[in-house]
Amino acid sequence: MKRKLLIAFLCMASATADAIPFTGNPANEGTLSVTFHNYVGNQVLQFDTVLYNDELGQSFSITKLKYYIGNIHLKKANGAEVTYEDYYLVNEEEPSSKKISLGNIPDGEYIGIDFIIGVDSLHNCSGAQSVALDPVNAMFWSWNTGYIFLKLEGKSAASKSPGNIFEFHIGGYKQPYNCIRSVSLVFDHPITIDHANTKELHIKTDVAEILKKPTTIDLSKLSSVTDFHNATTIANNYMDMFSVLSIK
Amino acid sequence: MKNKTIIILLLVCTVLLGFTTNNYFLITKKDVELNVPKGFPKPNYKFKNNKLTPEIFTLGRKLFYDPILSKDSTISCSSCHQRLAAFGHFDHPLSHGINGLIGKRNVPALQNLIWKDTYMWDGGVNNLEVQPISPITNPVEMNESLAGVIEKLKHNKEYAEEFRVAFKDTNITSEQLLKALAQFTGLMISVDSRYDKYMKGEDTFSNSEKIGLELFRAKCASCHEEPLFTDNLYRNNGLRPDTSLKDKGRGAVTGVEFDEYKFKVPTLRNVERTYPYMHDGRLRKLKDVLDYYGSPENFQPNAAKEMYEIGKLSAQEKTDIIAFLLTLSDKTFLYDRRFVDPFMK
Ligand code: HEC
Ligand code: HEC
Repeated sequence: MKRKLLIAFLCMASATADAIPFTGNPANEGTLSVTFHNYVGNQVLQFDTVLYNDELGQSFSITKLKYYIGNIHLKKANGAEVTYEDYYLVNEEEPSSKKISLGNIPDGEYIGIDFIIGVDSLHNCSGAQSVALDPVNAMFWSWNTGYIFLKLEGKSAASKSPGNIFEFHIGGYKQPYNCIRSVSLVFDHPITIDHANTKELHIKTDVAEILKKPTTIDLSKLSSVTDFHNATTIANNYMDMFSVLSIK
Repeated sequence: MKNKTIIILLLVCTVLLGFTTNNYFLITKKDVELNVPKGFPKPNYKFKNNKLTPEIFTLGRKLFYDPILSKDSTISCSSCHQRLAAFGHFDHPLSHGINGLIGKRNVPALQNLIWKDTYMWDGGVNNLEVQPISPITNPVEMNESLAGVIEKLKHNKEYAEEFRVAFKDTNITSEQLLKALAQFTGLMISVDSRYDKYMKGEDTFSNSEKIGLELFRAKCASCHEEPLFTDNLYRNNGLRPDTSLKDKGRGAVTGVEFDEYKFKVPTLRNVERTYPYMHDGRLRKLKDVLDYYGSPENFQPNAAKEMYEIGKLSAQEKTDIIAFLLTLSDKTFLYDRRFVDPFMK
């Protein structure tokens, strides 16, 4: 019985606090566009041909990068928040997927943005879903059902996997292998969003962080993570890969 | 003149035949009503975001029986899940998929799925709707991609029309495919066995069956809990791990050592038809199952404590328990016309 309760609990939505209701009046609502720019260190990410160096001086190239962003909260100084329920799949291969638009933002000053990388337990247990969460996006595990939060694939001479590839498929919403990570970005200074001022937030996603800290990943020792083994190590690394690039 | 009569007679016959077969396969509103009998718990899957309709159920039935879901169009869900075996697989210890490839587990019966909170022997699947992704994409089962299936369905004129009618949408999505299958498998409900009738006072048991029920309640029901004959938990019933399959069961899904070699307690409804038994089909007959349960010296050391409460079983006790287990066969379910292969039409 205890186990049943636990499962029910795992599949419950996480509650949110202090949500600002949408005004329902477009005359005093604005829009924020959020664009994710994938980088490796200070270089804009390029697939396949460009070689990057990791912390250990081992070179690697990247062939695939996809990750889920969700549970977005836009925050005011007084703690109030505008919340969004949608999930977004950022896919380096599809430029349009990197830009998302947050609408119906009540006029005001905003100081930061929170989101998760991953898919919360509710959406992991909700059965067949569509759009970003459509399992045809190949971001879904069927042997242990749930979404893959992040896929990073590439090649490195250091890797001992066949074809020198490395692949990190990270997912898991249950303890002790929960790989959902919260990200909180604070803007340099508060920004005004209103019906006359559409703002653009540019976020840098530094993929190098995935191999860097707190745990330095040695691709010659760890080149494949496709289930819970080592998954949280990678998750603890990817949680710090986001930063604000610019606001326009 | 004679010819004309024959032609007219033939016409009448085809019309009549067509009429009866059509009715036989026709799914009505009444056919898709969900009736939970008294004494049964509330279902876990409630068709909440998947409202039962005759059109969607009919589509789900066709998909279930159609090999179009596999890479080379040779394997359907029904290749492994056979209706008269309560949708298990007669006489196959391990599943047989595409190109004759052998899987690592025994095909379970499909029944009373809406009462489960997880699926598969290891509970790796957390929602009935997403279950089909597993067989469709498994390289040793149907070996197709979900995107590939959707493409094939889109290019099939009949399906394009059937999806449009069922979902009132001109686009075919994986969500629709999965929900249609969930309507079909979700209504596979067995609640009308002789046991059920006996419990309602509508049937009688022989002496042996009565004693069997008592023995079952004392020795088996702590795991195979009435009325579903499973408590839906993962347990170790003492089977020694098969060294070639190396199947860690629940443990492989949770990554927790405590869960290793545990498997979902299976329902025993229609157990007469679901042979061979256990997750790897290692026991062929009910007699073998009872011989196993009655011999504690065969259990692996980590067996659940309930296993040791069974104790040695005498030949008579085994016979009585089997007599009782046979009362769990449900002809209403096994011969339910709603689940018959529509391609036989
Ligand atoms: C190659 C044989 C094969 C095919 C084809 C197949 N299955 Fe299965 N099915 C199995 C096996 C084996 C299991 C148990 C798997 C496990 O526990 O790992 C299973 C389990 C299931 C379960 C879970 C039952 C439970 O009680 O947990 C459902 C539901 C199911 N299958 C439905 C389907 C549907 C729908 C299709 C078609 C899309 C399908 N199957 C195709 C062999 C097959
Ligand atoms: C500790 C809990 C437990 C007890 C007690 C128990 N079982 Fe089981 N039973 C299981 C589990 C778990 C399985 C599946 C094991 C596996 O496949 O590895 C199972 C499988 C079975 C199967 C195979 C069903 C199938 O479709 O493959 C039968 C038949 C069965 N049990 C009958 C009985 C009978 C009869 C008794 C009492 C004498 C009994 N069980 C007592 C847990 C239990």
